Amino acid sequence: MEPAGGGGRAVNLFLEVVQWFGDASNWSGTRGVPSRLADHLAYTVQALLIAAVIAVPIGAVIGHTGRGGFFVVGTANGLRALPELGMLTLLVGFVGIGLLPLTIALVILAVPPLLAGTYAGVRNTDPAVIDAARGMGMREQEVLTKVELPIAVPLILGGLRTATLQVIATATIGAYIGLSGLGRFLIDGLARNDYTEMAAGAVLVAALALIVEALLGALQRLLVSPGLRTAQASRRAPRQAPVVAGGIAS
Amino acid sequence: MIWSWIPSNADRILALTVEHLRLALIPVVVGLVLSVPLGWFAKRYPFARAVLVPAAGVLYTIPSLTLFVVLPGILGTRILSEINIIVALTIYTVALLVRTIADALAAVPGLVVAAATAMGYRPARRFLDVELPLAIPVLIAGLRVATVSSISLVSVGALIGVGGLGEFFTEGFQLQFPTEIIVGVALIVLLALAGDAVLLMIGRILTPWNRQAAGGAP
Repeated sequence: MEPAGGGGRAVNLFLEVVQWFGDASNWSGTRGVPSRLADHLAYTVQALLIAAVIAVPIGAVIGHTGRGGFFVVGTANGLRALPELGMLTLLVGFVGIGLLPLTIALVILAVPPLLAGTYAGVRNTDPAVIDAARGMGMREQEVLTKVELPIAVPLILGGLRTATLQVIATATIGAYIGLSGLGRFLIDGLARNDYTEMAAGAVLVAALALIVEALLGALQRLLVSPGLRTAQASRRAPRQAPVVAGGIAS
Repeated sequence: MIWSWIPSNADRILALTVEHLRLALIPVVVGLVLSVPLGWFAKRYPFARAVLVPAAGVLYTIPSLTLFVVLPGILGTRILSEINIIVALTIYTVALLVRTIADALAAVPGLVVAAATAMGYRPARRFLDVELPLAIPVLIAGLRVATVSSISLVSVGALIGVGGLGEFFTEGFQLQFPTEIIVGVALIVLLALAGDAVLLMIGRILTPWNRQAAGGAP
């Protein structure tokens, strides 16, 4: 349906979307909301896990040794310029249609914020704390895993939060190459000129992003080591967060 | 990669590049103009900050394809209208910059503001001549992120039919013709890097007092 003209347009649309959500046929089977939501989350989690396996160790080692910091900042900034839709369509040409091109595109998207977060967290560990750990007889590896990484958790989670939001947003364009996920409602609605379905899909994607953002925010506060909590509250730099590893999710 | 495609489609490549820049940069400029007063407001009044900063965070979280699709229903524009893309990207720019500007203004040392006041600056002039210039480094850092993201995001609009160089992605996908896609990706990355470099330069020119310490933005 085309959006109706006149002042009641937004109200009409709103009512139609409410109706759409009340329609049981939109909630069952592989074309229903639960199934597509599950697919969407599966794509997201899979990409994030692969990205974390790649990014966290590299970020930790670079942060610990201090060598290659320019590489982290460079990739984080450079990859932000890559258009995801272009990457996705290009990858389809290389590896064929299916989940693989989407996963690769999502991993490319998720690595920079995770890498930057891990690097920054490990790098910014108070040198006095590291000296103390060495003085206690810890080996380099122990300094990294027992001291620096736990201290880095808040920033790693910050990176994870950015990465998750971008991946959730970008997973919607998987529908363009024929995959499932919540993007299907957007792409199918567009193809059929069914504006209500598009709007409902948009509501679902936005709601998912906001809920996950809220959950990860809560997790971030929960998982901060108790020893850091008081120290952080007093010297938190409020203006770093959005600019460092951010960027708008597609 | 079929290189001969490039010269034989030069006109179209140029036209789409121009469209792409228009779609990407108008939002950055409009967003900047809107963000400065909003950022000032958020810095000046705690209640405004308590509303504006979380609201910006929520808007920033909404995926772009979602916004592209919903805006026609809210604005009453046609789906194929460029306005949808421009408004959506303006929203992202404002969402990013309001907080950046509020924080940058809050970071201006109180003594400097007090000195300006003592020299006879009235609040409006003081803001334009003293506080805003001192906020420029952080402002430029935020603008660089907004510009690069905006240039990259325009291409998603191709899914709803208005996407500048993103058209090469949907078309190249449908025709299974990677050359087009590669050209589109390369041009978008080049435009983004060029925009980034220009802003970096503008930032250096506008803050001569910082030039020695300038190690680049985060």
